[in-house]
Amino acid sequence: MFDYSAEFEAITSAYEQSGGDASVFSDKESASLVVSGNKILASNSIPGIKIEDEETETGARARVIVEPGIQIASPVHLCFGVIPKEGLQEIFSEFEIGEGANVSFVAHCSFPNALRVRHLMEAKVNVGQGAKMTYSETHFHGQKGGTVVMPRTEVKVATGGLFCNQFRLVTGSVGRLDLDLTAELGEKAVCDLEAKVYGKREDKIRLKESIYLNGAWSRGLVKSRIVVSERAQSEVLGEVIGNGPHTRGHVDCLEIVQGNEAQAKAVPLLQVVDETAKLTHEAAVGSVDKKQVQTLMARGLTETEAVETVVRGLLR
Amino acid sequence: MLQIENIHLNFNGNPILNGINLQISKGEIHGILGANGTGKSTLAYVLMGLEGYRTTSGRIIFGNEDITSLPLSDRARRGITLAWQEPARFEGLTVTEYLSLSRTKGGGSLSPGVCLEQVGLSPSVYLNRLVDQALSGGERKRIELASVLAMRPKLAILDEPDSGIDALSLDQVMEVIRSLAKGGSSVVLITHHEQVALIADRASSLCAGMILKTASPEEVARFFRNHCRECPHINRPEEELIGNV
Repeated sequence: MFDYSAEFEAITSAYEQSGGDASVFSDKESASLVVSGNKILASNSIPGIKIEDEETETGARARVIVEPGIQIASPVHLCFGVIPKEGLQEIFSEFEIGEGANVSFVAHCSFPNALRVRHLMEAKVNVGQGAKMTYSETHFHGQKGGTVVMPRTEVKVATGGLFCNQFRLVTGSVGRLDLDLTAELGEKAVCDLEAKVYGKREDKIRLKESIYLNGAWSRGLVKSRIVVSERAQSEVLGEVIGNGPHTRGHVDCLEIVQGNEAQAKAVPLLQVVDETAKLTHEAAVGSVDKKQVQTLMARGLTETEAVETVVRGLLR
Repeated sequence: MLQIENIHLNFNGNPILNGINLQISKGEIHGILGANGTGKSTLAYVLMGLEGYRTTSGRIIFGNEDITSLPLSDRARRGITLAWQEPARFEGLTVTEYLSLSRTKGGGSLSPGVCLEQVGLSPSVYLNRLVDQALSGGERKRIELASVLAMRPKLAILDEPDSGIDALSLDQVMEVIRSLAKGGSSVVLITHHEQVALIADRASSLCAGMILKTASPEEVARFFRNHCRECPHINRPEEELIGNV
């Protein structure tokens, strides 16, 4: 018989290791969802935020509905993960953010013991007119690099809406990360995407984030900060397409390579369809900025300490 | 405190520093006055021991030790620091953290808040800000000076600390430099503004990587005004000016 209590303790312990506060899952005032493997261990809806969920053979389905006009001060907490060394977790999720609502999500994904784990996510996000949604996802991995993480996200932001996504994977070694996010923006909508990843050992990291600025005056930013060390490899594709008039977009990619065997690649893509759109990009790939290191060394840090300080700041 | 003996530096066969000799005492502010491209920043980098700025010949004595071959980190550990003309920016590093690491590694006693107040920045506004691109050039310069204060070095090399500083804040910056010297730090004050050099105890005029004159700041400022400000041959001083030390 499945021991829900022990599993809950294990996943929330991993959640805390990744920087979360597990007490939020016993707080009935906060909406939350905890899924370990294919078991839903906790699910709490609150007035204005309804979470519909069901277990599947390989994971879970979840639909989060935020009522129009709802302003939620405390974030919705989501916890996903696989505790055993081997396993598969497929999460299918939908987020419906009602017109004028304002909500933030804090998600933690934990795979502390992974040797052969697959974590696949498919998410569809609809941010209603004038609504604001912030989604912050932090990953916690063990040191073995035994996870395949494949999030696929499709976002639609209606007129005047805002979608901010922060993806952070800086603890442990992931194995393989293949993230794909596409956002389509309506008139005067805004989308900010930020990814911070630290690749180690044999990690293979691929990020593809695309923003389609379809509505007039919509704005988008794709920002990534990647550090690869040992034999890790990264490839970052940041895309902004200016379809609508007066749209503004920027791709900002910084990848730091530590050591002779790590590799990094940056591919920014800007496409202007409407002549009044203006898109820009900056990409830097290479070692830690020499002047930053020298500045810290001139304050008495060793070179190793200086590089660590710069990298820690970048991935914070 | 600091003795520079006949240092030369060549880049790709081109002489950048041409036999510089200087002596700077403990607690002395020594102004280095020169036009653009005369070797001022190069001299700063050579003194700090930055990679790629090793002297071709000559010696640098700090205290009683020959530090000519010491790398940057060893010089910093001996109490030498440099404030860049255009300081680096750091993503994710707060002003508090930046000033604290200077203080911890340098052994200074002033808190980050006190250092900020001394450079005219409100601690409540700046302590939690990031040392990143969001700071204006002037703010970043003042934070750089605050980090030198936090370190309380034996020798502070300040590369154009006045550039990017508004006129109202300039007096405050000058006062901080004076307070560094009063606290026992020697200061190499690099500038191309005569009025900034006037706060020095002594000054030297630099041209073509050569010291043309070392004297009181007033005399050097006059020399600079008469010979360098409207110099028709940047980096090629007239023969009679060379050696006018």
